[in-house]
Amino acid sequence: MAGSPARILIIGAGPAGLRAAEMLAEAGCSPILIDEAPRVGGQIYRQPPRVPGFTRTASELYGAAADRARDLFVTFDRIRQRIDYRPSSLVYDLIDNRAIVASEGKSEEIAFDAMILATGAMDRIIPAPGWTLPGVYTLGAAQIALKHQGCAIGKRIAFVGGGPLLLLAAHQYAKAGAVPAAIVLPSRFESLAAAGLRLLPMPRELSSGLLWLLDLKRRGVPVLFGHRLVKVKGAESVTGIIAERAGRQRVIACDAVALGYGLRSETQLADLAGIRFVFDAERRQWLPETDPLGRAAGRKDIYLAGDGAGILGADAAEARGRLAAHALMTDLGIAHERYRPKPDKTAVACAERLQAAMRAAFDPPADLVTAIPDETILCRCERILAGELRALAGLLGAREVNRAKSFSRIGMGRCQGRLCGHAAAEILAGKLGISLDSVGRLRGQPPIKPVIVSTVAERKA
Amino acid sequence: MTARIALKSDVLIVGAGIAGCATALQLARRGKLVTLIERDQAGIRASGVNFGGVRQNGRDLRELPIAMRARAMWDELPGLIGFDGEFRATGNLRLASDEERVAQLDRFFTAATEQGLGLVRLDRAELKARYPWLSDRPIRGVLCPSDGHANPRLVGPAFAFAAQEAGATLIEHTEILEGWYANGAFHLRAADNRTFAAPMLVNCAGAWAGKIAGWFDEPVTLAPEIPQVQVTEPLPYRIEPVLGVMGGDFYLRQTFRGNILFGSGQGRATPDALRSRPLPETMRRGAEIAIAFIPHLAHVPIIRAWTGVDGDTSDGVCVLGPSETHPGLFHAFGFNGHGFLLGPAVGAVIAELILGGKTSTDIAGLGIGRFRPARKASAAPARGQHPDEERDASPEQNGAQNADRGSIGMERNEQAAGAHQRAEHGQDR
Amino acid sequence: MSGPRLQRVADQDRRLIEITVDGWAMSAMEGDTLLVAILAQRSYLREASGEPQGEMPAAGFCLMGACQDCWVWHEDGRRVRACTTYAEPGMRIRTTWPDHLLAS
Repeated sequence: MAGSPARILIIGAGPAGLRAAEMLAEAGCSPILIDEAPRVGGQIYRQPPRVPGFTRTASELYGAAADRARDLFVTFDRIRQRIDYRPSSLVYDLIDNRAIVASEGKSEEIAFDAMILATGAMDRIIPAPGWTLPGVYTLGAAQIALKHQGCAIGKRIAFVGGGPLLLLAAHQYAKAGAVPAAIVLPSRFESLAAAGLRLLPMPRELSSGLLWLLDLKRRGVPVLFGHRLVKVKGAESVTGIIAERAGRQRVIACDAVALGYGLRSETQLADLAGIRFVFDAERRQWLPETDPLGRAAGRKDIYLAGDGAGILGADAAEARGRLAAHALMTDLGIAHERYRPKPDKTAVACAERLQAAMRAAFDPPADLVTAIPDETILCRCERILAGELRALAGLLGAREVNRAKSFSRIGMGRCQGRLCGHAAAEILAGKLGISLDSVGRLRGQPPIKPVIVSTVAERKA
Repeated sequence: MTARIALKSDVLIVGAGIAGCATALQLARRGKLVTLIERDQAGIRASGVNFGGVRQNGRDLRELPIAMRARAMWDELPGLIGFDGEFRATGNLRLASDEERVAQLDRFFTAATEQGLGLVRLDRAELKARYPWLSDRPIRGVLCPSDGHANPRLVGPAFAFAAQEAGATLIEHTEILEGWYANGAFHLRAADNRTFAAPMLVNCAGAWAGKIAGWFDEPVTLAPEIPQVQVTEPLPYRIEPVLGVMGGDFYLRQTFRGNILFGSGQGRATPDALRSRPLPETMRRGAEIAIAFIPHLAHVPIIRAWTGVDGDTSDGVCVLGPSETHPGLFHAFGFNGHGFLLGPAVGAVIAELILGGKTSTDIAGLGIGRFRPARKASAAPARGQHPDEERDASPEQNGAQNADRGSIGMERNEQAAGAHQRAEHGQDR
Repeated sequence: MSGPRLQRVADQDRRLIEITVDGWAMSAMEGDTLLVAILAQRSYLREASGEPQGEMPAAGFCLMGACQDCWVWHEDGRRVRACTTYAEPGMRIRTTWPDHLLAS
């Protein structure tokens, strides 16, 4: 490009953002890498604080993925001086070509010529009675407590939900000495076995999943396939859970629950940027639309990479980070001859197959959400019950989630529907007997996370 | 122009905001066949996403008679729509922090008191004593104790619901592209080519109403008003009155569940005004003023912002009353972001005009004729509105939402549009 | 449940620091987030409280800055999210609304 070099922003320093930063740095681009966390790695490779006394090795922290994690960190150290890295910084609004960034109690506006959004994912949560009790955490929280802080979320922990990360986390907890009270999976063993067959071409994934399961069994952890979480018991704190299969209930005593039914993409910034969304019927989520390399539909200057553009996992995120950076540099005419996208495209295709198998293995039955009892808190910020949403479904145009939000306050709280939006849409669609995509999606609103008034008011010099 | 007529009725109303729905409700209850046509969803724009201020305080004196009638109707909402709208008369406090604004406020105090509006004037010491959370910035306040706030997310739809219950036909998601008068009836053609006809037409089309008036040879240019509101997390309930800062285009209220809503300035709308969104610079300015007047707000997290779309007239006062070109046509629009309070009374006044040819409320200063000398029909969609008190905006859902801005609109008008008339009338919001 | 909610299982050989939570001295480990510092000592982050609206007891949920369940206050009124803020020596934290705010 003629004139001054393009100003390139990468949001998110997980595997996708880091690989994108690497590609751009190698090509001499010096991107700005903005991340909410104080250290790189994203949630999946979350690092302990840089403080004496955190001594666990990468193998202890990341298990089979240790090599990948180490390589990412080494890569980051290598490019650190060639990029503009902004840790502990929240992009809370995105408008035109401006990112509004909060850090150190002030706001700053950063203009960009091109941007890669690598905003990652969080747990998909399906509410159940009692899920707001102290002691219930997301599965991601259970992993972060362990990786980032060396803590277990309780003494006797029930792992409830699905997805490979659930088995991995339970396995990691067991190894750390916090033996799980039980693993509760709504999916049936047969689905898991059938999915395992589809993974035969991917022996690493298959064998690690099997190893985790066998290890849990060996330690005497009950693994309850085909069981639904009926409720979390407790008055002021978790004392147990009730799981049910075919009408038979089991009570499991525990003081903590790790809850997560797989992951869902964090898409708020893509939404504010005006990127077009499409409904992904497989993932049952509205996602920003991209081409295979990550070019965003509706914005020529924005690219998406990693799980924020649809869940494909950490390995694929690295590939997608490079593909997005490649697309960006191609579009801007920035030379980067050595990169050949084919292997990364293959890795993404492979991850697609893996994810499809994982969904087949772990996706909860559709009625797990739609059958949530009326008295269950659905929106934990505003404390709105599932029954309250059902009661106004269809009223005066409340066949659409934003209208339902306006009437019910669901999704109007501090988390802006991150936790309940998905379940709310399922419940609304279920109550009205219409498809999930036809109820629409909650629109993002700035700030995408709470920002203190003084932080908004004060400008960074 | 011979399209098949989809639906016959006595009265067509364009725009299902509060004004349109309240009009439909009044007419339907009196046996009229009413068809209410809405481009989007009922109560979803300015009516549904405004700031929520129910304010007589600081109004243009021309609007005061209908404002006072409207205010009385807010007490009767349960009887009217079966729901109190969460309205509470917590007062509206207008603040001035310089001598010029003090003089303006004092003029309003005197004139409005003469018209029978109950007001309390407060000096700096009295303000501090009553409202310890205020900073030293304001040196004069005028409190209108009978004002308050309500929940626009629910009031607009509740009016729509009540109108339907009374027998009005609500047709949503129907954009009107063209209108004309022929053979003793008003005709409207929708984007889907359906045509509606009736001997009476009420133009309640909000930001788009100026264009509709233009179809009938009395165009009004409306400037877009995109009020932007921020909301904080819930705090203990401490701030009773709705605040409006004179000249600062700033307004603030605390809901009963504790969230603080504040607004200042404009968001941005698409050219068709159908979508709007907050602007970061507007949020920043609002945050600065919030801290300046209530210092403890510096610590509070903002959890969301939204905008709405309303239309502003050039003199900051609404258009309400009969057409001057076409008997049977009535206008109710240009609420400048402060139509939330007026809505219920707009319905009553228009219904009186339609049913009996006259109204008991003094609307002499609100006629469309005051814009006559202007230009020829501007076909461009008017999108401005500014919110006075409550601006309506688009739905929160859209990412463009508006909030009500209660008092703000006026100030903004003063600054932006025309400091002119407003000052004379002593009505900032 | 009244004892510590979170159980330290690794990396426990760290410098101890002192913070104050709701007026009580608490020791934490350097590198603890506020959430961990508090929940390694007791079972809740916030007790059920009357303000602003009958808050439910809370102990955080996502630990990654997404759910916004774990906000607490500095004693001077500043608001912080406990899962993404590190405990620092001498920090004075409260888990209920500081009454002086909006009161003077």
